[in-house]
Amino acid sequence: MMPLAARAWAVALAVPALLLPWYGQESLLAALRAGDAMPLAMVAWARPWLLPLLAVPLVALAASWRDAPRLLVAVSLAGLAWLCLESLAITHRGWAWAWIGGLLGAAPTQPALGWGALGYALACTMLAAAGLARRGWCRGDMFVLGAILLILGAILIFVFWPVMTVLISAVRDNDGAFAPVLFWEKFSDRSIWGLECLSDARSCGAAWNTLFLAVLVGVLSTLLGLAFALVALRTGLPLKGPIRLLSLLPIITPPFVIGLALIIMFGRAGFITSFLYQTFDIPRSRWLYGWPGVAIAQLLAFTPIAFLVLVGVLQAVAPSLEEAAGTLRAGRWHIFRTITWPLIRPGLANAFLIGFIESMADFGNPLMLGGSFNVLSTDIFFAVVGAAHDQGRAAILGIVLLAFTMAAFTSQRLWVGTRSYTTVTGKGDGGVPPPLPLGLRAACYATVLPWLALTVVVYGIILGGGFVVSVGRDHTPTLKYFLTAFSIDRGVGGWFLSGSAWSSFLTTMQLSVIAMPLTAALGLLTAWLLARQEFRGRGAFEFLTMMSFAIPGTVIGISYILAFNTPPVELTGTGTILVLAFMFRNMPVGIRAGIASLAQIDKSLDEASLTLGARSGRTFRLVILPILRPAIIAAMVYSFVRAVTAVSAVIFLTTAQYQLATVYIVGRAEIGEYGIALAYSAVLIVVMVAALIAIRALVGEQRIGRRQADTGAVPIGLSAS
Amino acid sequence: MRHAATLLAAAVLLTAAALPARADVVVYCSADEKICRGLVTLFTKETGIKAEMTRQSSGETYARVRAEKENPRGDVWWAGTGDPHLQAAEEGLTEEYHSPLLPKLRDWAVKQAERAKFRTVGVYMGALGFGYNREELARRKLAAPKCWADLIKPEFKGEVQMADPNSSGTAYTMLATLVQLWGEEKAFDYLKKLNVNINEYTKSGSAPVMAAGQGETMIGVAFQHDVVMVALTGKPLVTVSPCEGTGYEVGSMSLIKGGRNPVDARKFYDWALGVSAQSIMPKFASYQVPSNAAVPVPKEAPDLSTIKLIDYDFAKYGSAAERRRLLARWTTEVKGAPR
Repeated sequence: MMPLAARAWAVALAVPALLLPWYGQESLLAALRAGDAMPLAMVAWARPWLLPLLAVPLVALAASWRDAPRLLVAVSLAGLAWLCLESLAITHRGWAWAWIGGLLGAAPTQPALGWGALGYALACTMLAAAGLARRGWCRGDMFVLGAILLILGAILIFVFWPVMTVLISAVRDNDGAFAPVLFWEKFSDRSIWGLECLSDARSCGAAWNTLFLAVLVGVLSTLLGLAFALVALRTGLPLKGPIRLLSLLPIITPPFVIGLALIIMFGRAGFITSFLYQTFDIPRSRWLYGWPGVAIAQLLAFTPIAFLVLVGVLQAVAPSLEEAAGTLRAGRWHIFRTITWPLIRPGLANAFLIGFIESMADFGNPLMLGGSFNVLSTDIFFAVVGAAHDQGRAAILGIVLLAFTMAAFTSQRLWVGTRSYTTVTGKGDGGVPPPLPLGLRAACYATVLPWLALTVVVYGIILGGGFVVSVGRDHTPTLKYFLTAFSIDRGVGGWFLSGSAWSSFLTTMQLSVIAMPLTAALGLLTAWLLARQEFRGRGAFEFLTMMSFAIPGTVIGISYILAFNTPPVELTGTGTILVLAFMFRNMPVGIRAGIASLAQIDKSLDEASLTLGARSGRTFRLVILPILRPAIIAAMVYSFVRAVTAVSAVIFLTTAQYQLATVYIVGRAEIGEYGIALAYSAVLIVVMVAALIAIRALVGEQRIGRRQADTGAVPIGLSAS
Repeated sequence: MRHAATLLAAAVLLTAAALPARADVVVYCSADEKICRGLVTLFTKETGIKAEMTRQSSGETYARVRAEKENPRGDVWWAGTGDPHLQAAEEGLTEEYHSPLLPKLRDWAVKQAERAKFRTVGVYMGALGFGYNREELARRKLAAPKCWADLIKPEFKGEVQMADPNSSGTAYTMLATLVQLWGEEKAFDYLKKLNVNINEYTKSGSAPVMAAGQGETMIGVAFQHDVVMVALTGKPLVTVSPCEGTGYEVGSMSLIKGGRNPVDARKFYDWALGVSAQSIMPKFASYQVPSNAAVPVPKEAPDLSTIKLIDYDFAKYGSAAERRRLLARWTTEVKGAPR
């Protein structure tokens, strides 16, 4: 017999068809306001191509009562397919493709899809899942099938489709005509692949520059992160707390401000440069502008992430192994070389790849400090907005960047994913790690302490710079900048927010808070599917989920306008599109955090629950979710701070009602109002720290009946992979 | 877990609450935030029409208008250098409109409109030039640069900053100006020599003058009114109008084709060309020459009588084909040359 759920969904399918407005006038949401929003059953008579859709609920009802799963799957998939086809073919301006007009004559029009269509698509998907489950797919588990189909559909609509609309312009000329020759011409351009920097003083192509920078930052951030991890865990220096604290800061730092702080210190007119010039007569130069400056800024930003990865790995190295080696009279160097090092090697690879990928995706630092050193992410931006206006070139650069990132992801999976280096078992480990070899310890101190000092000064400037007249020159305290941005005045109608930053600040907070649980839920559900369920095409599924992360933000922004500005899905100018951009861009973070946590939970727990008769949905809710608390916290925190600090992906999506904090900060910094930019950043940082603490309190700690081992930092983002 | 579910529900509700209120006219503004905000507020105050403003650089706005062309979201595009406006007109992204105020405008503003077959109009004009940092110059005890030719002097090696014309309209104006001033061959000779003195080709057009104000470079190429604007924030900057003559930009305004509020958009358009809108510009540190002939030139603005303006051929140098050719040549011969 057909499960009840299938019948319920078949009934549910009739609801959007009969009750909810089929079309949205302005956007999915604004449909509610428009008076003439009619359900499918009403609009279909005027638009005959919708009539087949009306038949679907009837057939589905019959199929679910008669227990005919094959028919159910066929009819619900046919309904979905017809919905996609008709809404793509008939746009708000008539036929989407001119040749149909030749076949079928005059062009009808239809507005964007609304709530009704959304509910209809949702119900069709669930019916297909019910039918497939009945046919025995995924061990007949409807929850799993439904989740897979829904997430797949969402990713196809909100990641795959928009990205393709941009990438397709790689093979088109500026007027939209097909031009494969132009593709090759632009692709092989010297500004991408040139190698002149090896032979003379010219600069190399952006692709090589990007690779060089990414490798440099990857290697150095890994080494620095390792040094920090060793100092924090294996020496007696009481630095563990401060290092932990500092390791969180870069994640919650708005883009651009690290670069800004570096210019204030080391620029040609920076205060440290001036000091060196006045006291030691060291000539002032512009060394900061170019790859050295970008590399330093990126190291400041990404070393903490490497640290978080390595601290976890180093903690997982069972000290008893090292102790045993010590008992066997191995020297300290010998132990480090033959035991510790090999055991942390996968962590090193992981840390390197994260630094590598983050460096390639970084947009703010190269923009501030790049000078004549061109990298792909900024070149893409200026190919779109620059005087040349060449979207094709942007798409080609995007493809190159995508290829690099994908290669990095793949090698990460191949290299790290297949081996087991676990030394943590259920049994306790009473060993005490041996002290570090002297030389190594000295080297660690020599790198860690100056770097720590630099980080402290940089953050001193970021947090305090907005509250003095001119940082580095005139340190008279002032609230001038803060008040310009965040003043509250009393007017005729009572108190009101008169500061210029309030509107962008409140919008940012509202949208980020909305996006936070949605992103985390989407990410964790996907993680559970990837880690716990077997289904065909899982690899392709995973690839699709990572796609939005690997694509530079600017490309995402443009692609969202191109895909969602016109019917069938019309979202530009709403807050919804910003939330969606946040969700699908940051979802991989939740996935990584979830997969990492799930890997630590034995499958026997799920199986026990299933054996006791709970279905997988119930198991997920009652068994998996409670254990996943740390991952939930990590995913929520990270999606929140990522949404607050995002800039490149949203710069094209902001509108008058939806101004965002980062876009405002960038605008200030652009015209040299550093005071306001810094004051605003400081406020954002404080708010994010508060949010971090609040989320922790709200979601609560992990409740597992086990001694609280020092679990290290939360598995932030990719670091968990 | 209940908390997480509550959060989820709250998020969905908040999304539903985030319905946008409709405005009467949507303005895409390509000037500084302060100016944009001030202008739109004044418009609402004087006409009672609710206006909404989105600020982006002129390049970003052009990219946005182009991406939205199937279903435009904006109504009017105000300010920003003329080239992207001309290009939008060329591509049919903007609407033809003959404002009743056209006869009241200065010559160059009307010419800009004629060039684009009335798909755009000039709202302000500003001459190209450069600014130098007084303190840096004194420190090196150098003579102040007065001409384009001074910038290639050996003592300014590594001290000149300009934007990359591939990404910045300001720098493209300079390239086109020099070509018109001296002829293409001589101009490229000059640019190759200048390449030796350039410390950085910045991405954005406003960056060089900012850097000069901070002392990060001695000389920055920019529009003169931008130099004045930065100097008035207390930076030791001196504005130079090159002795050989110089080109200029015509900051423009266009009606976006297919905008949703065509009537109010035209009201804004006419208002923005009128006296009250154009005379408040100096209040927001904007010191260009206004296009309405009845509005006096602000006293802080670079003195037009001392500036030698060339007869800039916008039709030729604003066209996509010529631009692509010059940029390609500049990229291979100048930027690609060893330094």
